[in-house]
Amino acid sequence: MKQDNAIRLSLLGLAMSAVTALAVITTFILKEGVPVIFRYGLGAFLFGTEWKPTAEPPIFGVFAMIAGSFAVTAGALAIGVPVGLGSAIFLSEFAPKKVAIVLKPALELLAGIPSVVFGFMGMLVLLPFIRVHLGGPGASVLGGSAILGIMILPTVISISVDALRSVPRSYREGSFALGATGWQTTWRVTLPAARGGLVAAVILGMGRAVGETMAVIMVTGNTVQIPHSPLSPVRTLTSNIALEMSYASGEHREALFATGVILFVIIMALNTVANTVARLGKRA
Amino acid sequence: MLEARNLKLWYGDFRALNGVSMSITPRAITAIIGPSGCGKSTLLRCFNRMNDLVEGSRVEGEILFEGQNIYGRRFDMTGLRKRVGMVFQRPNPFPLTVFDNVAYGPRIHGLASGDELRETVKKALQATLLWDELGDKLDAPALSLSAEQQQRLCISRLVAVAPDVLLMDEPCSALDPMATQNIEELMLELKKRYTIVIVTHNMQQAARVSDFTGFMLLGDLVEFGETQQVFTAPRDRRTEEYITGRYG
Ligand SMILES: Nc1ncnc2c1ncn2[C@@H]1O[C@H](COP(=O)(O)OP(=O)(O)OP(=O)(O)O)[C@@H](O)[C@H]1O
Ligand SMILES: [Mg+2]
Repeated sequence: MKQDNAIRLSLLGLAMSAVTALAVITTFILKEGVPVIFRYGLGAFLFGTEWKPTAEPPIFGVFAMIAGSFAVTAGALAIGVPVGLGSAIFLSEFAPKKVAIVLKPALELLAGIPSVVFGFMGMLVLLPFIRVHLGGPGASVLGGSAILGIMILPTVISISVDALRSVPRSYREGSFALGATGWQTTWRVTLPAARGGLVAAVILGMGRAVGETMAVIMVTGNTVQIPHSPLSPVRTLTSNIALEMSYASGEHREALFATGVILFVIIMALNTVANTVARLGKRA
Repeated sequence: MLEARNLKLWYGDFRALNGVSMSITPRAITAIIGPSGCGKSTLLRCFNRMNDLVEGSRVEGEILFEGQNIYGRRFDMTGLRKRVGMVFQRPNPFPLTVFDNVAYGPRIHGLASGDELRETVKKALQATLLWDELGDKLDAPALSLSAEQQQRLCISRLVAVAPDVLLMDEPCSALDPMATQNIEELMLELKKRYTIVIVTHNMQQAARVSDFTGFMLLGDLVEFGETQQVFTAPRDRRTEEYITGRYG
């Protein structure tokens, strides 16, 4: 009994320290980043297209980076979602058990590859390919999208597979017993029933893509500009922070924290949407 | 109509049916009774080849449907489950609306659309006496219905594809006595147009609704005959022990 209490207390302590760390980080980012946004003007900061942090006076407009993050993420989803959902459907509905047992963990291993390795592969293989066969400098929205599209696969696949597997077997049996084919059953019964979880998978994949930094820096070229084609180089919000933090000071540093605040808000919003959708999906 | 001939089935190495032969009479109710685990569901699921979905299952022997072996190499599988429908132990409507549940079969088989589909759905709901209750709630989610309504809906879903045979695996075991009685009455009504095979744990139910009864034990069909005879003058001692409650 006494021992139980001791264990409970120490677990509580550990849990509290995690929560505290999170709270400290959040407060710190907000405290460092929010004032400069309002001093500079929310509109000018969000929608300004020029980023000249070392000019006199400096110009802090993150719109090109927001557009960059948006373009790269949308591209990553365009590549990663069809491939991810397709693989998940194959694994959960069509693959023989033995195949699924081997493949699913193998795909999840993808998540363990450090992002710098993805970036490196991208630089060595993908960018030259783009430059030679499609044109442009190579480092581009397309390069970022392709690498991120692969990097979000483990997230999209494993959450989608779980969502599909949680659809009761009895729904599938009911459909097969009416003479439906495997594909009709998947399309008309299983996918709609797993809808909530599948949307959550996509949104969490999106969160992963928005937040990724290292690989993106290595393959997107990092030019501050609103991309006008898939082959133009871009800079994302995360890249902006990572590239400049080492030499930034004063208001410049604050502006980088402010970039972090924008990211923070985007990721929080995505997670909230994912959780809500997953919960609604479960209830339906 | 349907006839099993020396039917054997294995789940991996385990033999669940040891050569069952039985002939199902059209437009009558055939009940299969027996203790838990004796292979009733397995036998029933052979009639529409639902066991094909179980990995590692293997069948020997044959089942003739209108003279053709449904396990034969040249049998056209696509139509079988449309003509031999199945109702499960737990009502399993799809998480869709009432209308979409009943329309599911006609849609996947391309049987009807538009007004014609609405008419098919209406007739199918009338056949299970659901139309009066749900005619104005076709957009309600099927999962919001009572258990009895859900089971009727599952039967409507079959009726909508105009099958010949209805296989029912303990269709009342998730229902209360009142609902059970209602479903039994429905079965007697459906028997006028469909051939019904029902698996039940409930001997009174078999005695009340069925015309023929088969008694199974450990993968064997021990006795099969007219219900009246099986219950009043069983030929096999084991059947007698089971129906008088002395078994196990
Ligand atoms: N998918 C399966 N894999 C392996 N063995 C199975 C499978 N399904 C059933 N069995 C076994 O086959 C035997 C017959 O099962 P079945 O479900 O046909 O019995 P039942 O008579 O319907 O029993 P109940 O009255 O409990 O529903 C049982 O011993 C069961 O354990
Ligand atoms: Mg059973």
